[in-house]
Amino acid sequence: MLKIENLHVEVDGKPILKGIDLEVGVGQVHALMGPNGSGKSTLSYVLAGRDGYDVTKGRVLYKGKDLLEMAPELRAAEGLFLGFQYPVAIPGVSNIYFLKAALNAIRAHRGEEPLDAIDFMKLSKEKAALVELPDELTKRAVNDGFSGGEKKRNEIFQMAILEPSLAVLDETDSGLDIDALKVVAKGVNAMRSPERSMLVITHYQRLLDHIVPDVVHVLIDGRIVRSGDKDLAKQLEEKGYSEVRDAPQL
Amino acid sequence: MSASTEQIDDILEKKYDAGFVTDIEEEYAPPGLSEDIVAFISNKKQEPEWLLEWRLKAYRRWLEMKEPTWAKVSYPKIDYQEMCYYAAPKTNEDAPKSLDEVDPELLATYEKLGIPLHEREILAGVAVDAVFDSVSVATTFRDKLAEVGVIFMPFSEAVKEHPELIRKYLGSVVPVSDNFFSALNSAVFSDGSVVYVPKGVRCPMELSTYFRINAANTGQFERTLIVADEGSYVSYLEGCTAPMRDENQLHAAVVELVAHKDAQIKYSTVQNWYPGDENGKGGIFNFVTKRGLCEGARSKISWTQVETGSAITWKYPSCILRGDDSIGEFYSVALSNHRQQADTGTKMIHLGKNTRSTIISKGISAGHGHQTYRGGVKISRGATNARNYTQCDSLLIGDKCAAHTVPYVDVRNSSSKLEHEATTSRIGEDQLFYCRQRGLSEEDAVSLIVNGFAKQVLKELPMEFAVEAQKLLGVSLEGAVG
Repeated sequence: MLKIENLHVEVDGKPILKGIDLEVGVGQVHALMGPNGSGKSTLSYVLAGRDGYDVTKGRVLYKGKDLLEMAPELRAAEGLFLGFQYPVAIPGVSNIYFLKAALNAIRAHRGEEPLDAIDFMKLSKEKAALVELPDELTKRAVNDGFSGGEKKRNEIFQMAILEPSLAVLDETDSGLDIDALKVVAKGVNAMRSPERSMLVITHYQRLLDHIVPDVVHVLIDGRIVRSGDKDLAKQLEEKGYSEVRDAPQL
Repeated sequence: MSASTEQIDDILEKKYDAGFVTDIEEEYAPPGLSEDIVAFISNKKQEPEWLLEWRLKAYRRWLEMKEPTWAKVSYPKIDYQEMCYYAAPKTNEDAPKSLDEVDPELLATYEKLGIPLHEREILAGVAVDAVFDSVSVATTFRDKLAEVGVIFMPFSEAVKEHPELIRKYLGSVVPVSDNFFSALNSAVFSDGSVVYVPKGVRCPMELSTYFRINAANTGQFERTLIVADEGSYVSYLEGCTAPMRDENQLHAAVVELVAHKDAQIKYSTVQNWYPGDENGKGGIFNFVTKRGLCEGARSKISWTQVETGSAITWKYPSCILRGDDSIGEFYSVALSNHRQQADTGTKMIHLGKNTRSTIISKGISAGHGHQTYRGGVKISRGATNARNYTQCDSLLIGDKCAAHTVPYVDVRNSSSKLEHEATTSRIGEDQLFYCRQRGLSEEDAVSLIVNGFAKQVLKELPMEFAVEAQKLLGVSLEGAVG
């Protein structure tokens, strides 16, 4: 699904990612963990195609195609979804209007007919229930005046509607209390499927108690220093990043 | 009085002496403005003497006035002696015979706006008589209105059929000498609309200039008068939502509204005159005076405007709240892209007790566009318990545009309450990226964000107008990003 090879990225001339290699297979869930400033969010933005991130070396293949050549909207249309760490508010544009426009843009790319308002409402109701997003929130302006937890649930709601092939979830757990975390995790788990891959970016192990990954990677200072199974996350929680980094690879 | 009548007679005679008779057969008056030309226009329209006199008075006042310079707009000096002040509607012979003869770029814009095919033909000036039966549309429409006693007709017809109405109200809200452009309009106005809604009548349909086919070619100096008698209601829509291909051209209209006791007038405009090209060449100079008088108690006047066109916009739809408990509203979206300049806003003049006004202004600047909100709220001594709420928001797209806010407040009664809120924001790279990550193209994303910004105003528009206005905002912003 996703193959990152020796990826180097600079922001304002400053190297942030210093040679990332990462492969996420179809249907797999990978977790990317790391301390603040290690380059986790940079990686997610590079994958989604945000301006201001200069790829100086390496390449990224997505479904066998050169991902870095594609415009952000094309990546989205090809099934790449980024769950934002800080979802952006768009005042005056209702959540469902926004999502319907997005879904139909993606459907148009696939050569499918647009969904009409009635079918979309049905879909929206079904998916909102998945993340326990109140009906009222689906009608409010996109993320406008949403609490931190509501924004994160809204991201998962959007993912559920858009049904991506690869979901990159950037600190979906930050700012959530334990109940909200469970709801979000439940939504993500419901989306797991043999056709869908996920890259879950997080600081903390606690999210991974609920979303159990196939593979865990530790990113420190722009490099993946360790990879392992879900137990690696537990070690991190107990020992901290520095000790894991310095410990010999098993 | 007799002196001026004599003068007019002199002029009329002089005109004939000068051989204007043959000119009257022509479709255009010679360029320039003089008492002769004013008389020529009046004569061409077979107006009564009092109206000619009124026009001449306006003309003489205009001669003494100076073009205003306080607005934040700059444009080459207008030579008023170079312009033509009367041009009869184009004859069908000059008009394109079918859409095949119309500028394809213009048609592409109509396509994007989703304007129905027959409507496009009218907008493009195709001779429509053979294409669809405009006459019957207009007639059915008029019959239906006549049943409830609503008058809705071209100004020149109303002068003939309802002279008492015109005499009573013409210039009653915007006096001849109100400003330079209103004086000019009063002297040379070509045509326009007159609406009268009788007591207690709720006008059964939205009145629109589109339906009145003869308005399609009305000139640059139109005049609109709407009178809502006690307890009546009317919603009026104006504007064509298609660009007009014109060189720099002056458009100086006057609109007067009068709402009597318990009456309501809702006036909606979607203005999309040709804005000039990307470098600011061509485009309409739009100097418009619009004012409503809430004459009676509990009357209400509501202005809604979406201004996306014109090279220069100079326009301040205002309300005089004379009746106690009367309400004035102003909802505006103005967009300046490329080299467009807009100086627009409103005046709310509170005279009666418990009068209330609301101002919601949304300015959008892109390209090298300049945008100024200019508003005045005046609470006079007698306006006990007056209230005003003003909100003006500016949205910037790119880094070469500008937004300015100039709110004036003049309060002379201590029991009044005024609120003012203002914000300036930029379409964020983060918003655009968020939309694109969800699959929307950059252009669709801008259009979506702008429409969200303008929503508070767009929702005030009648449904079908709101849809067109939304598309128009998108089309007007093409090329604003990237």
